[in-house]
Amino acid sequence: MDKTKRLEIKDLDAWFFDKQALNKINMYVQEKQVTAIIGPSGCGKSTFIRCLNRMHETVQGARSAGTILLDGENIMRIDPVLVRRRIGMVFQKPTPFPTMSIYDNVAAGLKLNGVSNRSQLDEIVEKSLRQAALFNEVKDSLQKPGVSLSGGQQQRLCIARALAVKPEVILLDEPCSALDPISTGKIEDLIHELKKDFTIVIVTHNMQQAARVADFTGFFLLGQMIEFDITTKIFTAPEDKRTEGYITGRFG
Amino acid sequence: MENNKQSNFIKRKLKEKIFLAAIFIFSLLAIIPLFLILGYVFINGITAVNWQFFTQLPTPVGEPGGGMANAIVGTLIIVLIACVIGLPIGILGGVWLAERGRGKTGFFIRYAADVLSGIPSIVIGIFAYTLIVFTMKRFSALAGGFALGVIMIPTVTRTSEELIKMVPTSLREAGLALGVPEWKVSLRVVLRTAWGGIFTGIMLAVARISGETAPLIFTSFNNQFWSFRLDQPMASMTVQIYNYAISPYADWHRKAWAGSLVLVMIVLCITLIFKRFSKRINYG
Repeated sequence: MDKTKRLEIKDLDAWFFDKQALNKINMYVQEKQVTAIIGPSGCGKSTFIRCLNRMHETVQGARSAGTILLDGENIMRIDPVLVRRRIGMVFQKPTPFPTMSIYDNVAAGLKLNGVSNRSQLDEIVEKSLRQAALFNEVKDSLQKPGVSLSGGQQQRLCIARALAVKPEVILLDEPCSALDPISTGKIEDLIHELKKDFTIVIVTHNMQQAARVADFTGFFLLGQMIEFDITTKIFTAPEDKRTEGYITGRFG
Repeated sequence: MENNKQSNFIKRKLKEKIFLAAIFIFSLLAIIPLFLILGYVFINGITAVNWQFFTQLPTPVGEPGGGMANAIVGTLIIVLIACVIGLPIGILGGVWLAERGRGKTGFFIRYAADVLSGIPSIVIGIFAYTLIVFTMKRFSALAGGFALGVIMIPTVTRTSEELIKMVPTSLREAGLALGVPEWKVSLRVVLRTAWGGIFTGIMLAVARISGETAPLIFTSFNNQFWSFRLDQPMASMTVQIYNYAISPYADWHRKAWAGSLVLVMIVLCITLIFKRFSKRINYG
């Protein structure tokens, strides 16, 4: 695993009002690898991933401190709008824009940022839908509303929408928790494919999922990063007792 | 035991039926006035509605024929002016209140809007009179449109705010996560999602101001002739109906009824046409 570090997180703290949700997180994300964040509910894993593209601070009363380097550049000092174009995000529940067609949903990020060249849009929409393994299912109904798709398809639509703005890193915040096993399987296959072109961070409360898709895994507990290592190491020979306790199902 | 269960079941069924019937009767009662008014206006008005009514100017007393063509166009123009003034302020104000109006300023604006919507329309007419008619030294369509626009603002603001607040945070976040600036997310994702409901609110406001008479009497006044100048008095259906209705002439009374019917129909048509139009742009 001799690759470059795409993201480096140094002493990251986060708060909701007075309540500290993250405490001195230190880790890194390798280029074109999948990094999973696991941990019990309320351990701060969603807060953590939302700090990475500065979505955390959009919530009232939320703030953060520390350093997050994207290719060596501190994203805390870059305009959040620009950060989010480079670091895309897919949420827990599928969130297609209800007023837009399938096509417009995928094109939304580009259109809203002023791209109006039709052939360019067509090309990117098709490419993004193919990358999200959705194109063959929707190619004859691109003008139908995005919300007419099934839950699993909607989530892949949201992935396509995130891919269309050509991010370097993609954050997946429990992308399968609202989906059935078959749709979950499709998303996991997709993650394996996307790894070739993108750097991926995924939050999951499903340990098997982390074991299946991730190259690196970080274990969070009560706002702290307990252990971070190569996935196989975390699941076979964890160093910390608490990690072992969690992955063997003794708590959480 | 078995018997007891049976009778309980029947009792519950009976209760349900009674309540269903009650709900049905009350909802019927709620719409009866609407149909009574519509029916009464229709019966009294339809006899005087004819082609002339839509194409000709009013005639002096005693002279048969004539219509309300200038007043119909005048009402449309004045309502249009009101929309141009009231809608941008109302809608954007609603967006601001929903997205940023949590603090003291928001509270104050919300409170002011609620007070404004409770002010009698005639008072707003006086306000427009002092502000525009008095300074311009003449009645004008502009003053009328301004008065109606002010009446629209609070309704549009508050409905926009409420409906925008109903748009789930997840959609706003999805927009932001695409690297779209916040104001664009507000206008092109959030507002667009809430638009269907806001539009209904706008149509209700338009319907309401189309029927306003008092604020127009001393702003746009009236005009017996064609006029398209916004700085001149302009005829409107409501003022014309009012003038006809308080007159002692039977022919004018019939025209007042006809005017009422046409006004109701116009509001209905505008609502239906724009409802369809708004659905189309929503999926465009």
